[in-house]
Amino acid sequence: MAFKLPPVSLKIEATPGNIITGIILILGFGLTVMRFYGGLGAVTNLDDTNPWGIWIGFDLLCGVALAAGGYVTSASCYVFGLKRYHSAVRPAILTAFLGYALVVFALHYDVGRPWRLPYPIFVSPGTSSLLFEVGLCVFLYLNVLFIEFTPAAFEWLGLSKIRGIVMKMTMALTIFGVILSTLHQSSLGALFLISPSKLHPLWYSGYLPVYFFISSMFAGMSMVIFEGSLAHRYLHDKMDETHLKESDGVVLGFSKAASFIMMGYLGIKVIGLAIDNNWHYLFTGWGAWFLLELLGFVGLPAFIYAIAARDKNVKLARIASVIAVLGIVFNRLNISIVAFNWHLPAAQRYMPSWMEIVTSVFIVTVGITVYRFITANMPVLYEHPDYKHEH
Amino acid sequence: MEHIFYSLQDFMVYTKGITYLIMGGLLVLLPLFWVFVAGNDEKKELF
Repeated sequence: MAFKLPPVSLKIEATPGNIITGIILILGFGLTVMRFYGGLGAVTNLDDTNPWGIWIGFDLLCGVALAAGGYVTSASCYVFGLKRYHSAVRPAILTAFLGYALVVFALHYDVGRPWRLPYPIFVSPGTSSLLFEVGLCVFLYLNVLFIEFTPAAFEWLGLSKIRGIVMKMTMALTIFGVILSTLHQSSLGALFLISPSKLHPLWYSGYLPVYFFISSMFAGMSMVIFEGSLAHRYLHDKMDETHLKESDGVVLGFSKAASFIMMGYLGIKVIGLAIDNNWHYLFTGWGAWFLLELLGFVGLPAFIYAIAARDKNVKLARIASVIAVLGIVFNRLNISIVAFNWHLPAAQRYMPSWMEIVTSVFIVTVGITVYRFITANMPVLYEHPDYKHEH
Repeated sequence: MEHIFYSLQDFMVYTKGITYLIMGGLLVLLPLFWVFVAGNDEKKELF
């Protein structure tokens, strides 16, 4: 049976999922007004000792790491020539674009004064600052991802001429995207190099930039597998034969690569322990927490991925992807919040307020809502019939 | 587990020595892990 283009849908049905989404969005709008009217103090537990909370630790650090699927998938398809992953490129680029867009959106809540957003790039660039490098890379990469995604929108709108022009830039955009990702993924880790006395020695290392970059690779792959399994379950009707046929290959190929990279990551984390002689910390409570992160959320999914790739077990790979994604969130939150200011008494430690958590949930919900709208209408999970033979 | 160091030289010899041993181990273990992961793959004819 030939695949039919889905009709443009703007109708919202009163399903339980949509009602929950609506409640979260209304709550989020209310908190947004409170934050921008009353300042950080009105909604957060941030103070001078703990100036970075979950809006940085979760929304920004996890958001950027989990959006790495864009550069990983496009590089494997266009740079390494693995065309069998082609059907995974558009969903990965969309997820990455929305991920980065939400990172910038979430940053407004933390930084405030949105009209000053262009200042670090165009008005007073602090070129010796790592934050400037992160800001510049995210600004450029968001534009790259936007341009990389536009062909889907142009196909939807029937603008074939301009689509053709953008398609010719694919390789250049992919290479630029990989360079920018290498730079800012590692720089996010480098941000913590300035605080050796605040971050617990088990997490602090001179290799933090390397850890952040390497972990972003398997974070991206795991996110592509995880997101693919969700799409398979909830957006099955939006997928054409090519996507359905290629999806198992993408899952198993990425499982194989992710398992190997994760084992390498595990290896360099142990080297980090050895070079700073931090072995004795492993026998403390912090050590147990660190080992849980390293063995439970890196070693275990790496091993499950390996079994899945070896036995061609797609279901197992999807389970591993959930653990790996949780592991990345665990790692980034440990570095930015849990193991940060670890020596302070409990009364001075940071605990996010419920309003901060709801704002983060609101931001993720905005992303999921936009993703659902785009995949329901634009050719992301299927190839547009007019351009089927152009790849 | 706490190791007593008397000089920077002692510290570097100890930590670098351990690090090199781990690196050697990884050089052996990672290819073996790859063989395990790709164990059931179809063999490609190279010639």
